[in-house]
Amino acid sequence: MPHGPASYGNPMRIVVTAKYVPDISTERGFADGRVVRTAAEGTLNELDENAIEAALQLVEAGRASGAVGADEGEVVVVTMAGPDGDMALRKAFQLGVDRGVRVTGDELAGSDYFGTAAVLAAAVRRLGQEAPVDLVVTGMAALDGLGSVVPTLLGAELGLPTLNLAKKVELADGVLTVTREVDDTTEVLSAPLPAVLSVTDGANSPRLPGFKLIMAARTKQIEVWSPADLGLAADAAGTAGARTEVLVAAPRPPRAEPEIVTDKGEGGIALADYLIRNDLVRPAEETR
Amino acid sequence: MTHSNRTVLVLLDPATEVRPSALELLTLARDLGRVEAVTLEAPTVEVLAQLGGHGVETVHQAELSRDGECVTGDERHLPAVVAAALAAAVRLTDADVVLLPTSFAAKEAAALAARDLGAGLVIDAASVREADGRVVAGKRVFAGAWDTECAVTTDVAVVTVRANSVVARPAPAAVEPVVEGYAVELAPSPVTLVSREVKADTSGRPPLDQAAVVVAGGRGTEGDFGPVVELADALGAAVGASRDAAFEGWWDTYVGQTGVTVAPRLYIGAGISGAPHHRGGMQASQVIVAVNSDPEAPIFEICDFAVVGELAEVLPQAAAEIRRRRG
Repeated sequence: MPHGPASYGNPMRIVVTAKYVPDISTERGFADGRVVRTAAEGTLNELDENAIEAALQLVEAGRASGAVGADEGEVVVVTMAGPDGDMALRKAFQLGVDRGVRVTGDELAGSDYFGTAAVLAAAVRRLGQEAPVDLVVTGMAALDGLGSVVPTLLGAELGLPTLNLAKKVELADGVLTVTREVDDTTEVLSAPLPAVLSVTDGANSPRLPGFKLIMAARTKQIEVWSPADLGLAADAAGTAGARTEVLVAAPRPPRAEPEIVTDKGEGGIALADYLIRNDLVRPAEETR
Repeated sequence: MTHSNRTVLVLLDPATEVRPSALELLTLARDLGRVEAVTLEAPTVEVLAQLGGHGVETVHQAELSRDGECVTGDERHLPAVVAAALAAAVRLTDADVVLLPTSFAAKEAAALAARDLGAGLVIDAASVREADGRVVAGKRVFAGAWDTECAVTTDVAVVTVRANSVVARPAPAAVEPVVEGYAVELAPSPVTLVSREVKADTSGRPPLDQAAVVVAGGRGTEGDFGPVVELADALGAAVGASRDAAFEGWWDTYVGQTGVTVAPRLYIGAGISGAPHHRGGMQASQVIVAVNSDPEAPIFEICDFAVVGELAEVLPQAAAEIRRRRG
């Protein structure tokens, strides 16, 4: 990717990667070892809204500083999906992103983490050929797979420094500094742009779509690219390139009907009784 | 124990303690083949004894350098550094499988190591076994509603395993581990570690991500986690919150899809309605108990036992009864 001079003072060009996922409040399932994604119940991965928000804020901060023009800077959202994935891009348009790209092709189905990262990286590189990309922003995870590793692999694929799971993001003089709280550790990390950044759901509060943007999003042009457009080899992604093979995907049996007690003064005793009866209370010497 | 001639590497980072999840990894690893550990620092005497008790014959201790300079200190724990150490250890030992815990940092390290090695990657496995000469990992997905299994089709498999996947058990016979250093040359890093701080846990409670019992509080606590903590302490449990409660600042760690994913033997949710985000972080728990004043709370749809009532009354009463009956 061409390296552009990037900091406040120059308009920022940011790519956000997004995923079209089944709505987590609906029944989700598999068919032929792959996640079922249908238009009726699919949505923009909620955590990608935090990525879009972070990108918009960075572009807007540049404009607010007065150093760049009010129409300078750009946020491009890229998704790898079938035609239903346009719903995710329309949602991104509603939030105010400038461009939406869908990378699509039957041969991409069944991509593993590495294949997904390879496709997204190829799309970022192509955008970089048009004009330098300063930053790639992703959400912390997709709410269907929850792997959280594609941002890391995307950074490695692009050969860019990667700052993951940022709760706080600062940009000064072309250097990005993030604070992340992962597991039991707080880290402050920094890297020069261009870079890959993933943000958590605690990083910001995504904006609500505005009426004008909602109207405009309906008819906004979506760019559709094929793997061939991106110069991807046939086994770069999809089932052909996957390093794992799904053997079984089966729904678990529903839980038995619960035992429900309404507290009339002895609810706590009933709870203790249930735990002891089911051997869920360890002896005193084992509890700390 | 199988008679497989596989070599299985287990990441132990930090090497100053053996967490419950590490013992579980060693237990799983012994069923797959010969177990060796990888560390980024010298293991303590106590750690070595524990590793020996779990059948670890060799500990590979990475000796990190960059441009001829030794790399020490906090930077050793960065995912890119851990990944380089793991990849070098696989090449050194010709290992077939690498097992790591499912922490955010370990997932990053696993991804980078797998990429470097051209290895298949499974994140958050609930089981790992061998079938027809391949490593097969089981996962519980979609908030615990589906079980999947996938086979790794490459020579090397890198797998992160969720806590409480197996009951840790020591090896039939303890061994005396040998620590062997090996050189790892690190590439220049474009990322600078400005600061790193590990939260000291002085609560005396087990860590949330590894605990066998978890008591979690939500909006219904109205900010008072006293009753939640009291029941947790009576049970020797870890304490967590819902995302809402954590974002309110009522507790610092939360259970949920983007927080800590837990699958304990017993999960008790108090004043938690059971929004999809939360359910995604706990629905794989073995036994689920809910206490909520709202009889329509969605969490009642996925629980085994529930009390409809005020948590401020129910929890302390339950804690007192447990203390009394346990004597």
